[in-house]
Amino acid sequence: MSRVDLEHLRGLAANRWQWLRRQFDDLEALRQRLDYQTYLLAAAGLVASLLLGFADLATQGSIERRQAEDLLATLTQVLPAGLYDNDLLQDTITIQDGAENGLGKTEVYLARKEGEVSAVAFKLSAAGGYSGPISLLVGLNRDGAVLGVRVLAHAETPGLGDKIERNKSDWILSFEGRSLENTTAERWRVKKDGGDFDQFAGATITPRAVVRGVQSGLGFFQRHRAELVSPPPKGAR
Amino acid sequence: MNAEFGKITRDGLWDNNIIFSQSIGLCPLLAVTGTATNGLGMGLATVAVMVACNTLVSYVRALIPPEIRIPIFVVLIAMIVTLVDMVMNAWLHELHKVLGLFIPLIVTNCAILGRAEAYASRQPVAQAAMDGLMMGLGFTLALVLLGATREVLGAGTLFANASMLLGQSFSWLEKVIVHDYRGFLLMALPPGGFLMLGFILAGKQMIDRRLAARQSRPATIGDTITEIS
Repeated sequence: MSRVDLEHLRGLAANRWQWLRRQFDDLEALRQRLDYQTYLLAAAGLVASLLLGFADLATQGSIERRQAEDLLATLTQVLPAGLYDNDLLQDTITIQDGAENGLGKTEVYLARKEGEVSAVAFKLSAAGGYSGPISLLVGLNRDGAVLGVRVLAHAETPGLGDKIERNKSDWILSFEGRSLENTTAERWRVKKDGGDFDQFAGATITPRAVVRGVQSGLGFFQRHRAELVSPPPKGAR
Repeated sequence: MNAEFGKITRDGLWDNNIIFSQSIGLCPLLAVTGTATNGLGMGLATVAVMVACNTLVSYVRALIPPEIRIPIFVVLIAMIVTLVDMVMNAWLHELHKVLGLFIPLIVTNCAILGRAEAYASRQPVAQAAMDGLMMGLGFTLALVLLGATREVLGAGTLFANASMLLGQSFSWLEKVIVHDYRGFLLMALPPGGFLMLGFILAGKQMIDRRLAARQSRPATIGDTITEIS
């Protein structure tokens, strides 16, 4: 591009800029104009979207890392440390059976020791909570006995139903060691219904939903045990 | 100038308190004040958003015509809240785990839009920021007060889990007021929040009336309320 062109362009830009500045000299009149209002609204939307987009780009990686750390921290609560030597977050298998969580499929984290699957963990959603489904993480050993259960998310009544959280009470530990073999179907209930598990004073619905949820998780494991404890080699998946 | 800031402070914390006098922002108020700690967390998050929002609105107030001010304020508030949420999630993750629940709820707080519209859009930046800070602190005060009374009556504790929010150095805040308390369910549920709020509002009126009587000047509380509603 020649020098003259460039200077011409610069002059043009300066002109437009002057014009724009002049428009803002009489802000009162400008604010009354419909086109100004339209452009301003559009500009506000544009600036907000741009800022949010950049913030998302800047924080995305960090947020994903933190969430993975959180998930791993929870996984280690339901899978005792001695049981595995692999990277739990990477070693997963997807089972096309979502009867327990309503998603149509379940992602199962495999805990391996020297290549052998020693335990599995998966999320499930227990229906029938007092205020909506209760999201659980269940860890089972390869024989289908519970290693640990933790509540990931719930909307139960604070002070009553929230005793299912580990940091509020020990109740959730009462599942440890339970399996479909050592606890018959009639015993997979809260004590009020003739089963083995405590209910809370003033809240029966919440523990009932969790007990039923864990039981259905065991059922899920039983249905897919073969696939889970000896999964096809990585390449075949 | 100082007298003006003094008035902003008194308005925010007491005379024109968002909860006690204006009675707005009740949705987040009742949703999170089951415990004093939750109230404090929500309050602090609201302070941050309110200061940021008032400052920003005051900066751009000359550009914004009254006809489209509401949509622009809504966009600004939603943007700030989402930014705070993302930034906290990424870089203050521990705090976000505790407060994360409350941050999206801030959008539902009409008090923020209310302050942007009634105050920040007509005042210089410093005053607007101060108003955001004081209104936010007044809101925090109401939340902590309501949360504390509900927690003591409902669960017999005070500031339970405060160390999760503020760090271990604040564990001295956690108190068990009544040992072996069986709990008073009503107070833990939203209706209890409404009841308690009623008592607190009545208490505030009583104090105001006493103060007014002592200064032997006609009570102004009634006027304030009608003015706002």
